[in-house]
Amino acid sequence: MKYDVIIIGGGLSGLMAGIKLVKRGFSVAILSAGQSALHFYSGSFGLLGKIDGHEVTEPLQVIDNLPHNHPYRRIGIDAIPFLAEDAKMLLAEAGLTFTGNHLKNHYRLTPFGTCEPTWLTLTDYASCVHPKKMGWKKATIVNFKGYRDFFPNFLQDGIKANGLQCDIAEIDVPEVTHMIKDFSETRATSIAKIFKGKTLDTLAACINRAAGKSDVVFMPAVVGLESEQPIRQLKDMVIPSLMCVPTLPLSVCGYRSQICLRRYFEKLGGVFFLGDKVTKGFFQDYRLKEIETANLEDIHLRADHFILSTGSFFSQGLVSTPECIYEPTLNADVLQTQTRIDWCSKNILEPQRFMEFGVDTDENFRIKISGHAIENVYAAGSVLGGANPVQEGSGGGIAILTALHVAHSISRFAHIIQRIDQFNKE
Amino acid sequence: MRKKDCGKHYDVVIVGAGATGAGTARDCAIRGLKVLLVERYDFAAGATGRNHGLLHSGARYAVTDQESATECISENAILRRIASHCVEDTGGLFITLPEDSLEYQKTFIEACNKAGISAREIDPDEARKMEPAVNSKLIGAVTVPDGAIDPFRLTTANVVDAHRYGADILTYHEVIDMVRNGTRIEGVVLRDRRTNKKITVEASLVINAGGIWSQSICNMAGVKVNMFPAKGALLIFGHRLNNIVINRCRKPADADILVPGDTISLIGTTSSRIPFEDVERMEVTPEEVDILLREGIKIAPCLAYTRILRAYAGVRPLIASDDDPSGRSISRGIVCLDHAKRDGLEGFITISGGKLMTYRLMAEQATDMAFNKLGIKDPGCTTSTTPLPGSGNTEADIQERTSKQHIIELSTDQKAALGRHGSLGMEIARQGDDAIVCECEHVSVGEIKYAIKNLHAESLVHLRRRTRLGMGTCQGCLCACRAAAILGEETHDNEGAIEDLKMFINERWKGMTPVAWGKTLVEAQFMSWIYAGIGGLEGNATHDEECVPTRAKMKIETNEV
Repeated sequence: MKYDVIIIGGGLSGLMAGIKLVKRGFSVAILSAGQSALHFYSGSFGLLGKIDGHEVTEPLQVIDNLPHNHPYRRIGIDAIPFLAEDAKMLLAEAGLTFTGNHLKNHYRLTPFGTCEPTWLTLTDYASCVHPKKMGWKKATIVNFKGYRDFFPNFLQDGIKANGLQCDIAEIDVPEVTHMIKDFSETRATSIAKIFKGKTLDTLAACINRAAGKSDVVFMPAVVGLESEQPIRQLKDMVIPSLMCVPTLPLSVCGYRSQICLRRYFEKLGGVFFLGDKVTKGFFQDYRLKEIETANLEDIHLRADHFILSTGSFFSQGLVSTPECIYEPTLNADVLQTQTRIDWCSKNILEPQRFMEFGVDTDENFRIKISGHAIENVYAAGSVLGGANPVQEGSGGGIAILTALHVAHSISRFAHIIQRIDQFNKE
Repeated sequence: MRKKDCGKHYDVVIVGAGATGAGTARDCAIRGLKVLLVERYDFAAGATGRNHGLLHSGARYAVTDQESATECISENAILRRIASHCVEDTGGLFITLPEDSLEYQKTFIEACNKAGISAREIDPDEARKMEPAVNSKLIGAVTVPDGAIDPFRLTTANVVDAHRYGADILTYHEVIDMVRNGTRIEGVVLRDRRTNKKITVEASLVINAGGIWSQSICNMAGVKVNMFPAKGALLIFGHRLNNIVINRCRKPADADILVPGDTISLIGTTSSRIPFEDVERMEVTPEEVDILLREGIKIAPCLAYTRILRAYAGVRPLIASDDDPSGRSISRGIVCLDHAKRDGLEGFITISGGKLMTYRLMAEQATDMAFNKLGIKDPGCTTSTTPLPGSGNTEADIQERTSKQHIIELSTDQKAALGRHGSLGMEIARQGDDAIVCECEHVSVGEIKYAIKNLHAESLVHLRRRTRLGMGTCQGCLCACRAAAILGEETHDNEGAIEDLKMFINERWKGMTPVAWGKTLVEAQFMSWIYAGIGGLEGNATHDEECVPTRAKMKIETNEV
C-alpha cells in the first residue's frame, strides 16, 4: 500500500499534521497504537506559559530567550503567528472551539484552584483574562455526591483568593450517585457517558437549584465526551455562567478532542489505522522507503514522506533502560545525558532533565540516524527533544505547531517536485 | 518513688516510637505503670519501617548466631498469635544455587534444628512447584517457617493498645535535654516541634528506645554508647512475584532475601557502614540498585523484567559490645543497659540492638528492668499471650458476624481493610463509605477517615503508614490528591493539605528516582504531568517526610501532658 504521507502516531500532533496534509490534497495514513497523552489533557493548550519559573505574558516576545535547539526556535519566530492562527481554525473546523490567542496568554483554572498562563482553552473550561479579573462576583462550585476526582475545597480557596465569594454545593443526580455507589472507581469519562438527553435536564435543574444567586458555577468536567454538543445544551439550560474544571484523568475533553480530530481527519479522506504499530523500517540512501507493521505483517506500507509523532515516554515514543534512552520505532538519534543519575531532579516540582530528552533533528525537523539526517522522515510533537513541556507550559503548543510546520514543509517540498515534473514534461 | 498525684509526673518516659518503644510503652502500660511515649516524628519512622518486613524464622542467623536464631523462632510463634493481622504465613525457602555449596546447606539444617527451627530439606523440583518464581537452576532447597510482617501496622497496634491502657502519646516531640539531679535522671525536656515550645516532663525512669539515635539521647544524659550505623538499601517491585519468602542458603550477604508483602515483593539488602551524620539523609545510590538487581535476579530471574516501584534505605541500629574496650565489636543480640550499673547514672535505661522480630522481647526485658529499678511489685509480662488490637478475632468470626449483620458479601476494599486492620476493620465496613481513594491498594474513604480518627493519622505520610495509601503501582499519582482533599475537609485546613500533598508526592518521587527507567520513568512523567502540569503545583516542596504536619486543628486524641 502506498500513501503520500504516513504518520506514525495518532495523538494531537499526528492528527493535526494529518488534517493539514489531507486538506492540501495528500493521501495520508495515520498509524496509532491507541495511547495518547491527550487522554490526560487539561482542556487547555499552552504555547509558552513560563520561562525559568516566571510567568510569560506575551509568548512571542520571549521565544528568542529559549535555548537554541528548542522546537520553537527551529520553527522560527516569524512562522509561529501564522501557524497558530491556522491551528485555531483547523481545531474549530474539527468541532473544537477555543478562547485565547497567541499574542497574549490568558489563564486556565487548575483543579487545585490556581491559575496558569496558557494559549487556547476549550470554551467550556474555566479560564480568565487574569486571575484578579475573573469577571464574576459570586461563584458556586458544584460536585456530585461522593465524587472524589474533583476537589471543591481546594478550588474554593483558590477562587476566594481571587476576590470572589464562593460556596460549595453537593448535587445528587441519581444516575451518577448510583454509579459512584455501585462502582468503586468512577472515572470522569464514565460519568460523561451518562449525560445525554434527559439526564442533562436533571443535571441543569440540580445546578440551577444549587447555584442560588451566583453568577458563575464551576463544575467537574464530565460533560461532552464525543462532542461539544451536550455541554452547549447544558449551558443553555443553566442560568448562571457555567465553567468546567479539570478532574483527575481520564480527561473528558481529551477524549472529545481526539474523537473530533480523528472524525474530521477521516471525513476529509484520511486513513486511520488504530491499534497498529511499526515493527520495522526499510531505509535506502538515507530515505525511509517502507515500513512493516504488526497487523499488516508482510504487506508493507510505502510513502514519500513519513512523520514520527509517537509521543514521549508516556506513549512509548521514547523508551528508557538503566543505560540509555532510545527511540523504539525507527531507532532515531536521541538527545540525552550520559548517566541516569542526571535524569531526574530531586524535587518533583522542579524541572526534570528527562523531559527535555527526545529525538534529535536537523533544522527542518528531519530525524537523524547515527548522525545522518533522514531526508523524508520528520519528527513532530513530544517525541522531539529540546523542550521541557511541563515546566514551560508548552506541550500543546509544541505538538500543534511542530505538526503544522512539518506539514507545511512536506507540502512545500512536494509542490516544488510537482513543478519540476511539470517543467520536465513541458 | 511514685508521685501519683503530681499531674506531670510519669513512672516512665519512653523515648522513640519505633516497634521497640511502642512495644515497651504497651508492656509498661499493661503492667500498670504511668507511661509517656514520646517520638520526634511519626510512629515507625526509623529503622522499624525501613526493612524487609520479614517475619524471620531465625534460620538466617542459625549458623552464625544461635542466640538470635532461638529468639527469632520463639518470637515468630508469639507474633503469629498476638499480631495475626500484621502477619502473613508465607513460609520460607532457603535455596542453594550452583555457585553456592551444598555443604553449607547441611551445616545450615543442623544449626536450624539445634535452634528449634523446623528446617526440612526438599527436592529442588518440589521447590520449583511450591514457588514458580524461584531460580529453576537451584540445586538444593530447605523450607523454614518464615513469614511476612507489616511493621507499620504492628507498631500502630502497639501504640493504640498502649493508649487504651492509659499511656500518653506525644508525636513530633523531640527530646532536647534530660532533667538531671546529681547522678539521677528525673525526666526529659521536650521541644514541641509544632509550636517550638519547651516542655519539661518529670519521670522516675527514662527508657531510651531511640534506635540509631540512642547515641544522641545517651549523650544528653552524659553517658556514652557507640552506635554503628549500617545502611541497608532495598528495592520494591511492582507486584507480588513470589508467595514464599526466598533466601539464599549461604553466609548472609547482599540482596539475598526476596520477601512478598501485601501487593508487592521486595529484595534486600545491601550493607554499608555510614558516618553517623548521614543517618538523617539516606539516599539509594545507582551502585546499590545495581547490586540489588544483579543479586536479586539470581534468586528470582523474573526480577530482571519486572517494574521496580521504588528504592529505599534504612539504618540498622547496631550497638557496640560493652565487653570490648575498643568499642569496635558489634553486639548482635538485644542490649538492655541499666546505666546505674554501667555508668552510675540512676533512672535511665537504654534498650537497643535486637531486631524488628524481637521488639516484644526487648520491650519485655526493658519493662522487667524498669520494675526492678522502680521497686514496684511486678505483675509480670503478659504480652506474649495478649493479642494486639485488631488481632482479636479470627476471620471466620468476622465473616459470620458480618453476614448476620448485613447479609452482604464484603467488597474488595472492605476485605483489604480487614486484612490491614484485622477485627478493627469492621468499624470501617460499618461506615459504608466505600468510594475508593487508593485504587492500587483498595483504600476507601471510610478507611482514611477511620485512620484519621482512630490511628493518630494527621498527614498523608501517616495515612500511608496506616493504610498503604500510595504504596501501590501508581505511587500516589491518583490517590494522593484525593486523600489530601479528605484531609483538608476533616481538618478544615486546605492550605496545609496542599503543602502536605506536595511533601507526600515528593517523598514518593524520592523513592522512584533511583530506579527511574522503563515504566517507572513513565510513572514519573505521569506524576509530574498531573501535579506540576495539569495541577500547576509549584514551590519548594520539602523532601523531609518527617516534617511536622501542618494541620491547624488536630483531631487526634492525645492526652494532655
